[in-house]
Amino acid sequence: MGMTVVEKILARAAGLRSVKAGDIVEPKVDLAMSHENTALVINQFNEIFQGTGREARPWDPSRLAIIFDHRVPAEGPKTATNQKLIREWVAAQGVKKFHDIRGDRGGICHQILPQYGYVRPGAVVVGADSHTCSHGALGAFAFGVGATELASVWALGVALNIEVPATIKVVVDGEFQKHVGPKDLILNLIGKLSAQGANFRVLEFHGKAIRKMSTSGRLTICNMSVEAGATCGIVPGDEETVRFLKEEAGVRGRIECVLPDDDAVYEKVVKIDASRLEPQVACPHMVDNVKAIGKVAGRAIQQVVIGSCTNGRLDDLATAARIMKGKKVAEGTRMLVFPASTRIFAEAMDAGYIQTLMKAGAVVMNSGCGPCLGIHQGALGDGETALATTNRNFKGRMGNPKSEVFLCSPAVAAASALTGVITDPRKGGK
Amino acid sequence: MAQVVLKLGKDISTDDIYPGRFMATVLPTETPQFCFNDRAEFNARLKAGSIPPGSVVVADENFGCGSSREQAASAMKGHELVVVARSIARIFLQNAINVGTRLVLCPAIEAAEGDELELAAGEVRNQTTGKAFPTVALPPARQAIIDAGGLIPYTRKKLMEA
Repeated sequence: MGMTVVEKILARAAGLRSVKAGDIVEPKVDLAMSHENTALVINQFNEIFQGTGREARPWDPSRLAIIFDHRVPAEGPKTATNQKLIREWVAAQGVKKFHDIRGDRGGICHQILPQYGYVRPGAVVVGADSHTCSHGALGAFAFGVGATELASVWALGVALNIEVPATIKVVVDGEFQKHVGPKDLILNLIGKLSAQGANFRVLEFHGKAIRKMSTSGRLTICNMSVEAGATCGIVPGDEETVRFLKEEAGVRGRIECVLPDDDAVYEKVVKIDASRLEPQVACPHMVDNVKAIGKVAGRAIQQVVIGSCTNGRLDDLATAARIMKGKKVAEGTRMLVFPASTRIFAEAMDAGYIQTLMKAGAVVMNSGCGPCLGIHQGALGDGETALATTNRNFKGRMGNPKSEVFLCSPAVAAASALTGVITDPRKGGK
Repeated sequence: MAQVVLKLGKDISTDDIYPGRFMATVLPTETPQFCFNDRAEFNARLKAGSIPPGSVVVADENFGCGSSREQAASAMKGHELVVVARSIARIFLQNAINVGTRLVLCPAIEAAEGDELELAAGEVRNQTTGKAFPTVALPPARQAIIDAGGLIPYTRKKLMEA
């Protein structure tokens, strides 16, 4: 019986000839990622070793990646102290894949991992963050866990008791219309599947529109797979994956991609024609409350946010700059831009995007997660509405349970910033 | 017997259980104060100690969706709240099992706040309405962790065997 990409990855990582959905395996982990919650991971990790007479040391420090992104620079003494403790632990354990608060090599963990070539096709990546599923964009099996589960991986180097997930095959053919892209695709898919439609499952992406999509776009769709409940979204590695890793991530040597068998068993197949997609908007307070833009156009917004691990990459900023060049953010609306990494920030400056967005009235912030989950700047006032390129719109998500968040693509966000109301970028603003 | 102290709809996110703005607080000894923080009345009752351990939160489908923040599970564990839900999102389910938050998957559960439930083997009996609802087993890969008393002792055992 044939295997899906994730089944192949798990079989290899568990040292088995084959596995199928439902099997329980203990795969070796290639990379264990965490951010500021490393403070809790360390606490749980030390507890595991308590009374064992063994020194609490991770199985392989070269396979740990620790990135400060959630509250950078620290918003208060508690975070600052946590970051200080993590910094000391990282130095003591010799963790080299550590990205501190720096303007030259900082950023959001889900951008840092691909950007620095930490993730390869076929790898098993475990991260203490739900959006770890992003890294399926590079053909890896990457999934989010809680802090204790990551501590367990640090101790053993394997993920314990992993049930091989069933896979839903998503085939996307056709070409996107102008101003429609990966974000609209994934929002549409989440709307179709529902917020739990892929719970405990993998979304494996295929089709001409995926093959033509850049790694940046693939990161967007895999990133939001968890919003349909998926353990992981995955794009089987191809020429684009190899190009990205060699040209943009500086990876040297042979890169081997893992492809599904022709007779792989899928739980179901979902087909989408990209050419028929319109710009999509996820409405409050659920990510699967997705509507075509025509249904919500005209809705007033007080804050526009472009950034995050979902849509804070160079092509996203380029799209926004193209739409906003020579124009102004509407009065009564504020616009926040936070690039996904400091490298992207610098590239966007070199390309003039940052200047264009600032001249239009946008506030450009440092790279980090903050506004997306309402923990560090960009909070909403009571009764306010935001339109964001981020990944979640749960009640209270942007720091205030008395506010609401709509989710969209960078093109919709930029077009709407100019008008102060949700606007279809295909029609343009005033 | 356990009383339903909170009845929730579907797609309750971890932002609801434990809002992001308290994420700088990580230790299981400190997270319970922010459990369902933005449900002010319920949070006040929790903090006042007026909700007995073993009380039940009943939820519709997809309980605990969203962020992997373990604080959501540890905050509920701190108050010894039991989740009885129609379905539970993967990461929250695993976190809850890992830290010892009690979960019951009960796909057809019907209960209102104030109802008394009996959490029996294989079913939940609503003593107030007289109806019984079958439960489904947790994923088998996770049962071993529950039996060991959580992921920390389970991992410790594996570590000593290695």
